[in-house]
Amino acid sequence: MSNEATLHGQQEVMHGAHAHDHGHGHDDHEHHEGGFISKYVFSFDHKTIAKQFLITGIIWAIIGAFFSVLFRLQLGFPDATFPWMESILGHWAKGGRITDEAYYALVTMHGTILVFFVLTAGLSGTFSNLLIPLQVGARDMASPFMNMLSYWFFFLASVVMMSSLFVQTGPASGGWTSYPPLSALGDASIGSKIGMDLWLSAMALFVVSQLLGGLNYISTILNMRTKGMTMTKMPLTVWGFFFTAVLGVLSFPVLLSGFILLLFDRHGGTSFYLSELFVNGKALSNEGGSAILYQHLFWFLGHPEVYIIILPAMGMVSEVMAVNSRKPIFGYLAMVGSMFAIVILAFLVWAHHMFVTGLNPFLGAFFVLLTLLIAVPSAIKVFNWITTIWRGNIRFTPGMLFSIGFVSTFISGGLTGIWLGNSSIDIHLHDTYFVIAHFHIVMGVSAFFGTFAGVYHWFPKMFGRYMNNTLSYIHFWITLIGAYLIFWPMHYEGLVGMPRRYYDYSTWESFKQFADLNHFISIVVILVFATQLLFVFNFFYSIFKGRKLTTQNPWNATTLEWTTPINPGHGNWPGEIPEVHRWAYDYSKDGHDFIPQTTPLSPEEQANGGH
Amino acid sequence: MQAMSLQQRKKIHPHKYSLWIAMGSITMMFIGFTSAYVVKRSQANWVTFDLPMIFWASTAVILTSSLTVQMAVKQFRNRHMQAYKQLITLTAVLGIAFAVCQWIGFSQMAQRGLPLNGPASASFIYVIVGVHLLHVLGGVVALLVLFGRAFRTKVLSYSSVPIEVASTYWHFVDILWIYLLIFLSIAR
Repeated sequence: MSNEATLHGQQEVMHGAHAHDHGHGHDDHEHHEGGFISKYVFSFDHKTIAKQFLITGIIWAIIGAFFSVLFRLQLGFPDATFPWMESILGHWAKGGRITDEAYYALVTMHGTILVFFVLTAGLSGTFSNLLIPLQVGARDMASPFMNMLSYWFFFLASVVMMSSLFVQTGPASGGWTSYPPLSALGDASIGSKIGMDLWLSAMALFVVSQLLGGLNYISTILNMRTKGMTMTKMPLTVWGFFFTAVLGVLSFPVLLSGFILLLFDRHGGTSFYLSELFVNGKALSNEGGSAILYQHLFWFLGHPEVYIIILPAMGMVSEVMAVNSRKPIFGYLAMVGSMFAIVILAFLVWAHHMFVTGLNPFLGAFFVLLTLLIAVPSAIKVFNWITTIWRGNIRFTPGMLFSIGFVSTFISGGLTGIWLGNSSIDIHLHDTYFVIAHFHIVMGVSAFFGTFAGVYHWFPKMFGRYMNNTLSYIHFWITLIGAYLIFWPMHYEGLVGMPRRYYDYSTWESFKQFADLNHFISIVVILVFATQLLFVFNFFYSIFKGRKLTTQNPWNATTLEWTTPINPGHGNWPGEIPEVHRWAYDYSKDGHDFIPQTTPLSPEEQANGGH
Repeated sequence: MQAMSLQQRKKIHPHKYSLWIAMGSITMMFIGFTSAYVVKRSQANWVTFDLPMIFWASTAVILTSSLTVQMAVKQFRNRHMQAYKQLITLTAVLGIAFAVCQWIGFSQMAQRGLPLNGPASASFIYVIVGVHLLHVLGGVVALLVLFGRAFRTKVLSYSSVPIEVASTYWHFVDILWIYLLIFLSIAR
């Protein structure tokens, strides 16, 4: 609404740029787009916004992963002291050992940062922005201004969350789920003071950012497709981003309403979640609240959230696999249908996080059934990925390797989901390292592999250069092997009943046996973390010094983003937007290695009804 | 813009489309609130009471404002800019009157011994009605922006999309209020 004027202004500039291009026949029209600020900072261009999301996400990923290194040092070496830690953490690591409060703060922030700031904003923010307009054939998003706001709300959320790391009482420390009463009572722990308020404010800003982004993704996909681009001709990436946005738009507001009630419990004296509590021996006046209510509201988002993380990765992996197998994706409609089934089921399974909260076992049975049903669309997808590469002419590019790695971790992490989805087994496994292993493999590692596949595959489109292959292969193999070495042993720890979130296991007779295993896991964590820094180096080095692209379409892919110039300006195509005639997966067809989506159907194809 | 509209067949303006999705999103938020209310209501210590009578007056106010905003759209399409300006001003004033009514309702509840930090059933009214009120005030801000734009002489806009988007949103917060009123009256 208020952006009409600016929007028109921006579009006039774009329009001018195209007219100019026609006149001169150059593809260099960047000098039309104003100065540094409007080009790199407050940019309307979806491609720049994508890069902003990606780089902010990388910074957060380094911080979040570094936190895990810190607390793994505590878990792996509970008796050792690290004087350097005191010099960076101050009184949080007196004598070189992390304090228990700092440990909980690190665990909480590791979860919050990785789930929301990296794998939600960093993953779908980057690739939805980059690929939706490029792959559906649009000049930009439905509302470029709102798209810019989406990034800047995310930036604000990042600033607030970052500032919570530096307050005297530390950041939130009640777990990434922030269950009340711990999160509702400032006196309950030092992490529940100002750090918790900053956490809630940052998350509220984050929700706004996600909603602005999601609105744009949906209306762009539904309204701005180029001529001929019917929904069933879209690449699976776009379908993945579409379903992700739908999930986000429907579930984040519910989380926000849960947070608003929590804020009132913290500061308004209400008793939504609080009932009959004693803090430091003093009885509180709150009565009649229900802490379980928060869990319902939280997990109504919390469960769709894991699909918000994994669906974009699924979409990108499907695309990268088809391109690098030189084969059409197997079962395109089954892929779309199974993603749709996952979206529907995502809203119906939240209570499987709450089997041990005193949930009615009869009700629990329904949630078990619905949870196990997710195995069906997931298995369809895995089958289709494997049949896509089956007898394909596989090119093991770094993007392809990470895609194959994604399928591997998705299978091994998904299978343990079937265990945990059973309410009776969950009674034993709930809140143990088994759960940690399960969701880190199926959600954390898989989503990261999807992200890496996307970065390696679309890096040439983003920066007009390639990333270094040798470093990429080192990155892949150490990360894949390392991820299994870190998380596989955790299954055994969990089966024995080792609970998550404990500060020190060496004082427990039952878990002392794992001292060496924890030691080993922590060493692998450090190695894998160092390898990720290698990736970061490769990324930034290649932006400036990578091998330059000489062709528009380096992977010989069919989709529209490769029909744009090597360094596309704002508006993506210097001339007309291309028209689409066929689906995105015409590989190895009729004697051609690949047929771009812009190629009209041949007479024989028309006779066969085409695709 | 022109060239783009030709190239990209659009059945519905993308801004209008985004608004519909946003309204779905806002609806989900209130579904979250009202389901929390239903869950809480089925538990012990639920105190029932009558809603402040002034909520019915605010209902009349917001219903009238829906009428005026609709008339404003019509006047804009006919390029009766004077009447248009008056009608969106009237709508914004009615929006503020609605806010005042809700505020009076809050103070009446507090006087009856039902403050924000009282029984959960009262706290819910403050939060749900309060968050709805923020959405109405957001609509008032949008109308003020349109009002300011109507006085602009440099750039003349003949597009009726902004006022249509604003009026759709206005009707939405109106219907949302009717839903909340019925819900809060029945599920006490």
